[in-house]
Amino acid sequence: MKRKIPLLITFTVGIILIISEFIPHKPFGQLSGELEIWFLIISGFAILLGQLSLFKVNILKIKYKQRDWQFYTITLISFIIMVTLGFLWGTGKSAGMLGHGEAISSMLGYKPFDYLFHNIYQHLQATMFSLLAFFIASAAYRAFIGRTVESNLLLASAVLVMLGNTTLGSLLTGWLPESLNFLHLPKVSEFIMTFPTTAGQRAIMIGAGLGIIGSSLRIILGIERSYLGGE
Amino acid sequence: MGKAKQIDRRWLFLLIFFGVAFPLIFTLGLPLETTKNVQMVYDLIDNMPKGSKALISFDYDPASMPELHPMAKAIVKHCFDKDINLIFTAMWPMGVQMADDIIYQLKDDYPDLEYGEDYVNLGFKAGGMITIQSMGKNFREVFPKDMNGNNIDELPIMEGINNFSNIGFVFSLSAGAPGIKEWVQIAHDAYGRPTSGGVTGVSAPAILPYVNEQQQLTGLLAGLKGAAEYEILLKAPGTAISGMDAQSAAHLIIIIFIIIGNVNYWRNKKAEKMGGK
Repeated sequence: MKRKIPLLITFTVGIILIISEFIPHKPFGQLSGELEIWFLIISGFAILLGQLSLFKVNILKIKYKQRDWQFYTITLISFIIMVTLGFLWGTGKSAGMLGHGEAISSMLGYKPFDYLFHNIYQHLQATMFSLLAFFIASAAYRAFIGRTVESNLLLASAVLVMLGNTTLGSLLTGWLPESLNFLHLPKVSEFIMTFPTTAGQRAIMIGAGLGIIGSSLRIILGIERSYLGGE
Repeated sequence: MGKAKQIDRRWLFLLIFFGVAFPLIFTLGLPLETTKNVQMVYDLIDNMPKGSKALISFDYDPASMPELHPMAKAIVKHCFDKDINLIFTAMWPMGVQMADDIIYQLKDDYPDLEYGEDYVNLGFKAGGMITIQSMGKNFREVFPKDMNGNNIDELPIMEGINNFSNIGFVFSLSAGAPGIKEWVQIAHDAYGRPTSGGVTGVSAPAILPYVNEQQQLTGLLAGLKGAAEYEILLKAPGTAISGMDAQSAAHLIIIIFIIIGNVNYWRNKKAEKMGGK
């Protein structure tokens, strides 16, 4: 029963949504609209569930003093601080439990939550993302070696796109006459991106689309049951 | 490639650091041309009638700010110049703050703008594609209130807005999913609204197939270059144009190191052959 009821719900909802795409009239159109609203409500709860899960996972790691447990403590403390500040004084123009906190906001220039967001969180995220530039540079240096015909093709197109996507492309080939416009690096880069890359991407997208249809049907028909948990 | 011949990657890191830092401090102002995709976005906004309403979705967070924020600023500026009223929303939780920050940056240039009349921020809603689909059926069911708790029926900008058919165009600033793909699939494909957007450079190849003859996407701003090109078209130089010099320097350093890596590889290969003989 524990498995049959969820399977039945999945089957019914899946079939209603598929039919509503082809017959968007009563009762299917109306039903799919209702189900969409249910989905939005459940999505809201999923965020709450995610936060509870984050709390539980981190508490357990700290409790059993797992490797680098100190970092998990920092995560938890940061989480609690942000949630508390948001609850107490709100964010942006929305008030919290203690109102807008005018006194503290005039001192910081922002509400406490927004102050931490703008001055800490924003910069931490930007720093993490910026570090990628160093690793991409290192990876490109090691990976783009012309060992075979294919790797030579990859290497040549990577260099052309890299040049064409910067101001260097215009600088290096800007002097070419109109008749040789097709050799202009930004044009070459645009050609590579528009034709070979897009063709490859379309193939991937069609493949992925077919895959999604297949796995969705498996879930609706109850063949794929891993989402129910257990064995 | 023999390990002994490899350059210590810390040299590469150091060069990248200086290569990015110097052009940001001392702007070089290297030339830049506009491409067709960016021109299409510009034309879409430029040809919108005065008083139209557009929906801009901020589907990114601070990690993608260097690329997407200059784009957002240029697009919002262009819309305000053309008297287009803007409805902001976000499919990413942090997108709400991103939209607020753009307004904060532009408030001195447009002191007469009124919240609720010229623009509104509806805030974040979880659900991704389903949220967009529901917005297409009824805005008010998904966003009964704006992010400040105002009833949207009381906001003049929302008067007559019931679904996508009352929107001039949709623009998504996207750093992943949910984002521009979902907007294309629902706002354009299901409801036929002109849809456009801006994405990070790394995700551009996956989105480019939507810029096609059916105009699923009306143009696309790809990465910092797209933002810089838009700033040029708008004749409003900003952080994207200055950032392009830094990006160019970084690309040049990477290309030089790729060449060094290949030269080393071929030299090693030759030496191995000679040794073999």
